[in-house]
Amino acid sequence: MNENATPDPAPHTHRAESASGPQTSADGVVTHSVPTDEAVLSCRNVNKVFNVAGNKVHAVDDVSLDFAAGKVLAVVGESGSGKSTLARMLLRLMPVTSGTITFRGQDVTHIKGAELRRYWTEVQAVFQDPFASFNQFFTVGSLLRRSLKLAAVDKAEADALIEECLGYVGLTPKDALHKYPHQMSGGQRQRVMVARALMMRPKVLLADEATSMLDASLRVNVLNVLHDLKADLGLTVLFITHDIGQATYLSDRVAVMEHGKVVERGTTEEVIFSPQAEYTRRLLADVPDLRGSLKQR
Amino acid sequence: MTTTPAPQSGAETGVLARVSDVRCVYGGGEQDFTAVDGVSFELNEGEILGLAGESGCGKTTLGNALAMIAVPPLYVLSGRLGIDGREIDLATLNAADVKAHRPYRGTTVSMLPQGAMNAISPTLRIRSLVLDVMRAHDKNVAKDEALDLARDRLKMLEMPVRVLDSYAHQLSGGMKQRVITVISTLLNPRLLIADEPTSALDVSSQRMLVEMLLAMVEQRIMSGVVFVTHDLPVLSQISDKLAIMNRGAIVEMGPTAQLVEDPQHPYTEKLLGSVLDPTAETRRKGKEWLTGGSGLVRSATETAASGTSPSDTPKGATS
Amino acid sequence: MTQELAAVAEPKQASLLTRLNPLRGMNLSSRFWIALVIVAIVMLLGLAGFVYPTGSGEKVGSLYDAPGNGLLLGTDNFGHDVVAVLMAGTRTSLTIGLVAGIVATLIGVAIGLIAGFVGGWVEELLMGFTNVVLAIPSIIVLILISISLPQSTIWSLAIVIGITSWPWTARAVRAQASSVATREHIDVARLSGARLPEILVKDVLPYILSYTVMAFVLQVSGAILAEAALSMLGLGPSGTDSLGTQLHWALAFQAVASGAWWAFLPPTIVLTLVSFGFLLLQASLDEVFNPRLRRGKKKQMKKAAARRAAEARALAEAAASAVDGSSRTRAGESA
Repeated sequence: MNENATPDPAPHTHRAESASGPQTSADGVVTHSVPTDEAVLSCRNVNKVFNVAGNKVHAVDDVSLDFAAGKVLAVVGESGSGKSTLARMLLRLMPVTSGTITFRGQDVTHIKGAELRRYWTEVQAVFQDPFASFNQFFTVGSLLRRSLKLAAVDKAEADALIEECLGYVGLTPKDALHKYPHQMSGGQRQRVMVARALMMRPKVLLADEATSMLDASLRVNVLNVLHDLKADLGLTVLFITHDIGQATYLSDRVAVMEHGKVVERGTTEEVIFSPQAEYTRRLLADVPDLRGSLKQR
Repeated sequence: MTTTPAPQSGAETGVLARVSDVRCVYGGGEQDFTAVDGVSFELNEGEILGLAGESGCGKTTLGNALAMIAVPPLYVLSGRLGIDGREIDLATLNAADVKAHRPYRGTTVSMLPQGAMNAISPTLRIRSLVLDVMRAHDKNVAKDEALDLARDRLKMLEMPVRVLDSYAHQLSGGMKQRVITVISTLLNPRLLIADEPTSALDVSSQRMLVEMLLAMVEQRIMSGVVFVTHDLPVLSQISDKLAIMNRGAIVEMGPTAQLVEDPQHPYTEKLLGSVLDPTAETRRKGKEWLTGGSGLVRSATETAASGTSPSDTPKGATS
Repeated sequence: MTQELAAVAEPKQASLLTRLNPLRGMNLSSRFWIALVIVAIVMLLGLAGFVYPTGSGEKVGSLYDAPGNGLLLGTDNFGHDVVAVLMAGTRTSLTIGLVAGIVATLIGVAIGLIAGFVGGWVEELLMGFTNVVLAIPSIIVLILISISLPQSTIWSLAIVIGITSWPWTARAVRAQASSVATREHIDVARLSGARLPEILVKDVLPYILSYTVMAFVLQVSGAILAEAALSMLGLGPSGTDSLGTQLHWALAFQAVASGAWWAFLPPTIVLTLVSFGFLLLQASLDEVFNPRLRRGKKKQMKKAAARRAAEARALAEAAASAVDGSSRTRAGESA
């Protein structure tokens, strides 16, 4: 854990594998570089096909990605790009149509029951909607205590663990545990959700649009919490977002998805500052610029 | 309704609308919550005003008051809208007030509410929506006349005319939003209030909508727009003037470029500072945070301190 | 900001207990109270049998004695006091209604929850079964089962009614459960290690409890009417008085033809009251669970409106007394 705690100061652009420049594969995937660090979670040729009223919809199309330990990988895509479907498959909340998901070298694509619950002690998630993520009938305390059976701690340690996890997100048991979701703001709710995910002391935290429903000023806050979790706990963060700006702020590596396919991947610098794929370029061009009025006057 | 003499808004060239002293409350049994607390501004002919602020700042409430669509528990206590030489009392304290607003709704001021694109009936074609909108204003309007108008508009804005025969689910989100914008301005309102029209859209669709709105103002389909959103970059693309709202009041207002480059109010500065766009500056800020110090302790304190942010209060307490 | 509007209109969605407490002093409509009073009156009538001096099986007169002579509603065909029989019958009918309602709700909720939440082939199977049960005319099934039972007691009758009337509840619950199943908090519960039964009870049921309670009330009222229908046909509980058996005997002994209105009118009125009361209760429960439908207390609303009007007047006066040019001040400058 400790060797991951120090942030990597060297920009990834100067790594050996990218010296030869971005590679474009036969199916048009631009790969600037592949992570050199050991992958903690990876997926190979993952597909998801939905049957919608008799039509087959290819939501995720042959996606292979590696998530390097102790790094933040952003999966960027617009609505319908399949990024959330991919996230749910990686979380094993949804079965894959084909392909494999491996966690620390172990195939977890089809695990069930106790094994799956063990997987969830290692891979946790925070979702988009800071209200719908809560069971509104329960307090924060019961939400967190519910995770204890996966956290594998005895009663004596439980309170300490809860306090520790709330502490990571700047909350104290005194002002959080007795609260119902409606008594908290969106930012607080989302931080409680992060605390819940940390209860199992996971290796991987998947944030599925976790900041997109927050106000801008709170968003930076939650992103900073994710930053610090990576740096201090060596957490691997999968940051799923439609907002390429947030990916720029937070991530070490970026994968861009379009229509279920990964179209470009590499370090943040490579993908955002020298995009190769047509789609990435268009995406970046369409992002509104604070200083770019479209008025012709 | 009000004895205040009407300022001659029509006589002054250039001024489209003069909004003064809008106050709105959300009614409670024992106590009302003030959502908009005395807002005034002017909008010139052909201008787009960007109304920005975080959730709960009162921007949508203000938009509803201006569009005269406030329904209980929202009450407009006071407020005047000077437009076309008329002085409209925006207050909605009783049924008579609300009735007096009817002739202006949709024609003088039109509203594009938040999430309008998801409110289109799934069982009806877009063309029946056109008829609904037209007939709400004029019961006797001929079907062909209404559809011709809609067709002309779509052509004018370089949009496919066949969307009129589509169902909502056959259109993409961006297309739905553009179509509903066109329909809500069929009656050539003087002022369009658009509430978060881009928020649920992908950046490419956002851009198309923004460009269409600009073209519509250019062609004077409407003479002015109040664009309500939390998204500052979108606003800086489209608006001539920006108004930053916080806790029910406008804290700063000015020409867009000037306000973005040189914000005067600390709150404006904070909002602008939290914009994350895909630039080297954002990247630098992110890295700075990482290399900036003692990690979690810092973020925890920072996060706890952010509890003072206006939007970081429980939902029920804000508007 | 529609969400925020909702947040204002729906101030507190507090704990389960507070949500379910209808007496928490909220602005409930008179409809709710009328419904509650009707249901309470009927229940009291049932309970009054315990203190009424005459037993329902006691012979106090002859065939169809007219009201009078200390007998408020005269006697029935057996010479029993109609008031006493009516009290016992109401009690029986209410008991059957409650038991049948509970049975139907339990089965319906279980099947609807599982079908709606699990989805897929489980849903197809369970809902297929439900629809089959629904398609069979339940009164015929009721008659067949009642005949085949060696002895019909109020308990067997209640259970028979219960197991033929659950499909409506199942369908209502299924629709609700499948919409709750897509909420993110279900994913969060799974990731927290919760198993299916726990998720159904803790994460799905509370969200549909209001519908379940409303369905239960309808089931009770439906079961009381079903009992009456069965008993009128002579398939009622043997050796017990119920509102239906009362009507059965009245019909069998020509009460209508002989003009003995006191024998058939009272149970008919009580039946009408019971089903009307429960239906009204169900409709007004909507307001208890959905504060947005709640009509505020008129007095309080008037007070609030007056308060706002006064505030608006004060604002107008302040504006008038201010310098005339004040309207020209730009907001940006004044702030």
